[in-house]
Amino acid sequence: MDVEVDSSEGVPEEAGRRRRVHGMLKLYYGLNEEGKAPEQPLSLDPCDINGPHFDPELYLNKLRRECSLAELMDQETCMVKQIRSLDSDMQTLVYENYNKFISATDTIRKMKNDFKKMEDEMDCLSTNMEAITDFSARISGTLQDQHAQITKLSGVHTLLRKLQFLFELPARLNKCLELQAYTQAVNSHRRARCVLHQYSHLPSFKGIQDDCHAIMDKLAQELRQKFRDGGTSAKDLSECVELLLQLDEPAEELCDKFLSHAWSRLESDLQGLEAEIRPYPVASAVKDASACRSLSTAAAAGSPTDKSPKSSFLPSPTSNTDILEFIDRGCNEFVSSLCLVITSYQELFINHAQTGELASKNIPQMANGKLHVFVDDLAARYFSLVERRIQEEKGVGDNSLLVRALDRFHRRLQAVAKLLPGSTVPNKGTEIVIRAATERVKQYLSALQSFYMDSLTDVRQALATPRLSVAGASVAGGGSHLGSMASSRDAPTSLPELLSSLSASILNQIKSVLASVHLFTAKDITFSNKPYFKGEFCSQGVRESLVVSFIKFVCQSSRQFCESAGDKGGSTPPALLLLLSRLCLDYETSTISYILTLTDEQFLVQHHSPVTPVTTLCAEAREAAQKLLNHYVKVQGLIISQMLRKSVETRDWVNTIEPRNVRAVMKRVVEDTTSIDVQVGLLYEEGVRKAHSSDSSKRTFSVYSSSRQQARYAASYTPSAPMDTNLLSNIHKLFSERIDIFSSVEFNKVSVMTGIIKISLKTFLECVRLRTFGRYGLQQIQVDCHYLQMYLWRFVSDENLVHFLLDEIVGSCAHRCLDPAPMEQSVIEVICERG
Amino acid sequence: MEDDAPVIYGLEFQARALTAQTAETDAIRFLVGTQSLKFDNQIHIIDFDDENNIINKNVLLHQAGEIWHIGASPADKAVLTTCYNRTSDSRVVSCAAVWRMPSDWETGSHESPDDSAHNPQTLELLCHLDDSAHGNAACVLWEPMGDGKRVISLADNHALLWDLQESSTQAKVSSTATLEGKGQLKFTSGKWSPHHNCSQLATANDTAIRGWDLRTMSQIYCIENAHGQLVRDLDFNPNRQYYLASCGDDCKVKFWDVRNVQEPVKTLEEHSHWVWSVRYNHSHDQLVLTASSDSRLILSNMVSISSEPFGHLVDDDELSEGEDNHQEDKSKEPLKDSVVSTYEEHEDSVYAAEWSSADPWLFASLSYDGRLVINRVPRALKYRILL
Repeated sequence: MDVEVDSSEGVPEEAGRRRRVHGMLKLYYGLNEEGKAPEQPLSLDPCDINGPHFDPELYLNKLRRECSLAELMDQETCMVKQIRSLDSDMQTLVYENYNKFISATDTIRKMKNDFKKMEDEMDCLSTNMEAITDFSARISGTLQDQHAQITKLSGVHTLLRKLQFLFELPARLNKCLELQAYTQAVNSHRRARCVLHQYSHLPSFKGIQDDCHAIMDKLAQELRQKFRDGGTSAKDLSECVELLLQLDEPAEELCDKFLSHAWSRLESDLQGLEAEIRPYPVASAVKDASACRSLSTAAAAGSPTDKSPKSSFLPSPTSNTDILEFIDRGCNEFVSSLCLVITSYQELFINHAQTGELASKNIPQMANGKLHVFVDDLAARYFSLVERRIQEEKGVGDNSLLVRALDRFHRRLQAVAKLLPGSTVPNKGTEIVIRAATERVKQYLSALQSFYMDSLTDVRQALATPRLSVAGASVAGGGSHLGSMASSRDAPTSLPELLSSLSASILNQIKSVLASVHLFTAKDITFSNKPYFKGEFCSQGVRESLVVSFIKFVCQSSRQFCESAGDKGGSTPPALLLLLSRLCLDYETSTISYILTLTDEQFLVQHHSPVTPVTTLCAEAREAAQKLLNHYVKVQGLIISQMLRKSVETRDWVNTIEPRNVRAVMKRVVEDTTSIDVQVGLLYEEGVRKAHSSDSSKRTFSVYSSSRQQARYAASYTPSAPMDTNLLSNIHKLFSERIDIFSSVEFNKVSVMTGIIKISLKTFLECVRLRTFGRYGLQQIQVDCHYLQMYLWRFVSDENLVHFLLDEIVGSCAHRCLDPAPMEQSVIEVICERG
Repeated sequence: MEDDAPVIYGLEFQARALTAQTAETDAIRFLVGTQSLKFDNQIHIIDFDDENNIINKNVLLHQAGEIWHIGASPADKAVLTTCYNRTSDSRVVSCAAVWRMPSDWETGSHESPDDSAHNPQTLELLCHLDDSAHGNAACVLWEPMGDGKRVISLADNHALLWDLQESSTQAKVSSTATLEGKGQLKFTSGKWSPHHNCSQLATANDTAIRGWDLRTMSQIYCIENAHGQLVRDLDFNPNRQYYLASCGDDCKVKFWDVRNVQEPVKTLEEHSHWVWSVRYNHSHDQLVLTASSDSRLILSNMVSISSEPFGHLVDDDELSEGEDNHQEDKSKEPLKDSVVSTYEEHEDSVYAAEWSSADPWLFASLSYDGRLVINRVPRALKYRILL
């Protein structure tokens, strides 16, 4: 059956039906498609009609038991139908197989006949081949001689062709020359050169060689000419050089020529740059600037002669192109062409020569040496130009421009460094950057300094303004516009506001300067990672010579205020002294350390070299503050002293009238002292007083006058004792501390006021001692002193000081009095209270 | 080397005027003039016995008025000048006069020292240095190292050169110089230069110092604003002819080279109140004495601007010959200007200080309360200068 199934597959058109039939047969015979054992669940049931263990008896019994008659009838018809169709299928299969078997037998029989015929033909072929081999051997034997001859002939032909090339060479070279196909000419000549050289003893070849030489000389000449002209592009030029090298031109000479040519081109670049540095004028900003740029680039490319007219037709002197533009131009023109020159030069003379026969002649070394000298020379000139340009960069407005320019400058030089590893150029470039940076720092310092001085001038003006407005008001009608001016800018005139605005603006300025300087060390700047910019620039440059120097300058200029003003009549307003003193004190307490911390943080300074410590600066600031405050006390004391002195010196004290009032000058003294007190109070804290300052002025004064003073007068009345000097006073002095008049004061209001009052009263005392008084003169002084006593005690730290000094004044006055009759204390009080 | 303690002498009256007796070169002697409006004023002659540290005093009466300035003749020990205030009819007038001490004041005092206070002798008036046209004498200056025949008095804005004739009994104005200018100008003090054949005078008025040529009586230099405030006193360096010291109310002492008056050569700021007097030592000009109303007296060693800035040159030579190198190096150390010492014996303003004319290492100072203190240069410094 398997065979039948296999053979049935040969017919494709009935495949569908067959397969089905085949499947059913297979089912019938209990085979699955692989021909393996039938599936167990189907096979075990004896009632399965398709199963292998089908038991017809069992099946029949089962049917009979289970089904009704009708069902049995149906079953029966169905069964019959199936049996029939199976029978017919079987018949068909048998028939088909039989047919196939017949046709196969036919085919085999036919093949048997065909093979027999083929055998005969093969035999015939082998005999024929034998005959052919035989013939062929014979023919080749006969043709041997002729073949050798032909080979020889073809050899001769080649030689003749070569000779022809040689003979035609001069003409060809001439033609090449005409057509300017130099490369071809050189190639041709090179090919022929060896042969010509070898056979030069033959006259004909000699002639050719001479001709060629002549032509090649001409060619070389032309090449050289072309080379010299310099109008050609760099590529042409390098081609030229290559050819000349191949023509055995001396390499050194070529190097020189090449370089000198490059020199002239670079030179024109440099001249273009130089022309820009010269303070030549740009008439109408952008247009002319671009015009001149195009012009100068043209000049750079071509002849340098058209530079002279350029400076003539741009007459008005204004600013140059900005530095970034300048450096850009320098980079784009000079540095890039320099790089180009270096590359082509290296390509031509060094890399090329290293491979060829030129290497043996030490040419690369020689060429390299020349190149270094050349680059160094040019770079030096370029650098000098750049430096000149940088030096012109005086304005400190926008530092980023300079930094960017320097960065670009430095970055472009790295290209040179890469091309020319041993060169000193990049180092020099870095040096220039460093110099520019330090110069910039210096400029910032001076800018800060001038800013500081300007701010002081502003403060001075602001301090003068209220006085101005008062003057304007007093002039009234005439000074109307003056008054309006004063009112328009009377904004921050109070001292604390001025102080805070001054210190804030200085601090802002420092911050902005630091920010500007910080650009030098920004990460994206190429030179910022140089060791100089990491270390020394931060510590020495920024911290020391910028920040520290500025703080020192502030202190120093403050001290100068004390010195110059003292001698030349107090040109500095006292309020400014006070303000500066407070500023310096603030610096000492906080600002200095803040600024330095800020600097250190911004610049991440690692101090390799010793730097000025904060404490030194603070000490300096404190010293300046102290000096300023002392000077303030001195100046204010002096102003009051001057009033007192004049009032004592100009009066005739012997012939004065009986006192009815406190003298106006005393009121003025008290007024001025009060206003100074207010002024100082705006900037300085109150300070400490001696404990008993709450006493009323009256009580202490009455003690002072009634007991001590009366006793003193009593002593001087007794004619029996010619002791003019006062014992009590001396005893008092013995036990009281020595008073330093112009001494250092503390940083508080009370101390300052004490200093001023001390100076004033001591002056009063000394002046009184130089005069002679009449009775009423003494009384007037008594009244005045009482008045001062009433008002001054509250300003000082130790009111005993005021008592003591006033005591001395009245005492001295009594001594200097021709008729010492003191006034009644009650009268004095009445007069003073009335005043 | 313990320094001797200062010697203090108290006057009964207040006093401002002090001078050394210039013509006396053996005994240490000072003259003090008192100021009293109520009693007769006196001139105290203070003799200092250096060996025993004892003061001897003699008192002469000066009845004309309170003494503001006193000057001793360089030629005659007995002759002196005073400027004094006289009050009459409730008017105060400043006058100047030449006086002679009574010839026997010295012997008298020795015989009865106790009586001298009670019965003092009176000064003998030689002549008045007053001109009806020029009043208010501020000070009288003797010609330095002269023959005692010429004096200058400064009165208001006039400088008067007097010739004393007939053994000083007659005074005649030989020439005058007048300070012209705005306002009421007034000379406050002056000094006759010992250099240039005594032909120059320096005066102070307000804040300016002026130099005068006495031959033509014309101004030769002027230091405007020499001090911030009033100039109180002047002194010439005895050895360097162009050097001048000044002091004033700005608490400063300044040293000037009169050939360049723009800037002082040196400035001292040691005092805490007005400086009333400045005096060069007569032989060692690095030693400068200043007196101030802060009750202090300060002795400074101004080596750098002295005539011997590198120490004693002659002594250097001697050292190099004999002594070893070590000591030589020591002596050549650059000397620095410094305050030698501050004297605080006074309780009141010190208005005058003077070097003794006999002993270059000794000086006196006078405070307003009448205390005269005699001090010496510290021995250590003295030996350093001498050796």
